[in-house]
Amino acid sequence: MFETAGEVSVFGFQAVTDLFRLPFEGQQIRQQLAEIGSKSLPLVVASGFALGAVLTLHTRSTLVTFGATAWIPTVQALAFFLEIGPLVTGLLVAGRVGSGIGAVLSNMRATEQIDAIESLSIDSFKFLVVPRIVACTIALPILTLFLDFAGLLGGFASEYAATRTSFQLYITQSFESFEWSNFYAPTLKTAVFGFIIGTVSSFLGYTTNEGAAGVGRAATRSVVASSLLIILIDVILIKFIFFIFPESAL
Amino acid sequence: MIESRVADGGAPAVVFDHVSKAFGAKQVLRDVSFDVRAGEALCILGRSGTGKSVTLKLIVSLIKPDQGKIWIEQDEITHLNESELSRVRRKMGFLFQDAALFDSLTLYDNLALPLARLTDKSPQEIDFVIDRVLGEVGLASDKAKTPSELSGGMRKRAGLARALVLEPKILLADEPSSGLDRITASEIDELLLRQKTEHKTALIVVTHDVRGARRLADRIVVLDKGNLLAEGTFAEIEHSESAIARQLVTE
Repeated sequence: MFETAGEVSVFGFQAVTDLFRLPFEGQQIRQQLAEIGSKSLPLVVASGFALGAVLTLHTRSTLVTFGATAWIPTVQALAFFLEIGPLVTGLLVAGRVGSGIGAVLSNMRATEQIDAIESLSIDSFKFLVVPRIVACTIALPILTLFLDFAGLLGGFASEYAATRTSFQLYITQSFESFEWSNFYAPTLKTAVFGFIIGTVSSFLGYTTNEGAAGVGRAATRSVVASSLLIILIDVILIKFIFFIFPESAL
Repeated sequence: MIESRVADGGAPAVVFDHVSKAFGAKQVLRDVSFDVRAGEALCILGRSGTGKSVTLKLIVSLIKPDQGKIWIEQDEITHLNESELSRVRRKMGFLFQDAALFDSLTLYDNLALPLARLTDKSPQEIDFVIDRVLGEVGLASDKAKTPSELSGGMRKRAGLARALVLEPKILLADEPSSGLDRITASEIDELLLRQKTEHKTALIVVTHDVRGARRLADRIVVLDKGNLLAEGTFAEIEHSESAIARQLVTE
């Protein structure tokens, strides 16, 4: 296990150093951003909206007991921006994109497409792996913002159905107790989640040597390992964020 | 043997010099040596799992030998770094067993990728080269198709087109006729033969197809369990001391 962790670390470090080595794979990065970012957007927005609506329903039934329903928008916004948004986006992208990267790269390995790239004097690592890791790292914070705001919209829809509250009032209440550090530190931590998803799933796909049978296994392992690592790293990052920005601790 | 062939025929395009390779406990090649000159076709015959495809991958340096040296023209490649290897690999084209086309790209883009990245040709020149090469393999009207839209024979021809697009001096073909009917297989052989005779390309073909090997090969190398059993012309192999070698060249 420690050996694999070391190999993944070296793999990720190599991706970072290769990013700054010419030629710059701009076209590949744009292509992967479209694949990883744009195509994940419907899933992320729909999930955020549904989660927001459901969370508001649950919160309302509890807060009604204490006559504190006015806090619903604030609770909703803090929950989404601090934890639900980053974590759920990370897990959704790990499922959709992580499995895709693992399957595509292991299939390319099994069908000798990676060998073909090398035989054409093209650095397959820089061509295939680096753009995927970069695209995941860039796409995650952006997708997280979409999920956060879709969650707020879902919450508003739920509240509007119950109380006919106005959109302006809901948004004002949402950000009433909000600090700037509540927003950017948790959002930016998802760049780390993106790097983990890109690195782990690329590693499992690119280095597989199990032929066609390994394609499914690489996809499954990519999802499991990425999801688990995201949850574990989240704990560490939260402690780190509290250390750097003590005001963000509620 | 290699030294005497160099003396009577000029410098070889590829020299495989006492090469051994093992994967874990499995010894795939044992002290194998042969060479190929420009404009010459060498067919490697042998039963499955005898190290034929590994031999091709060693030549293009996708894997490194445990022992021995591999020369591509004047370059001994076993100790080259990646950028030096990149320069040497440009001399070679590789037709993979299942063509190994990039399935997310169209046929045009499969061919344009190496041209755009490794040459300074303009888009118009790239169009011209791709049209010419696809025309040579009979796929000029299929360049907008993706690999999944091509038949097995078309994929092989597309793989050959990609291998030829950089005008290699050395062409490596791994089972070019596998999975193809006899007519399509002979069309592929014809394309390889034309490349050898018209462009003086050194051809190394791994095959089980004895009929195709007879048509293509100037010389045969027979491998068995990682050992070189016999080397020579078809006639020489037919009279070889090795029963396996004789059996392999008998249709």
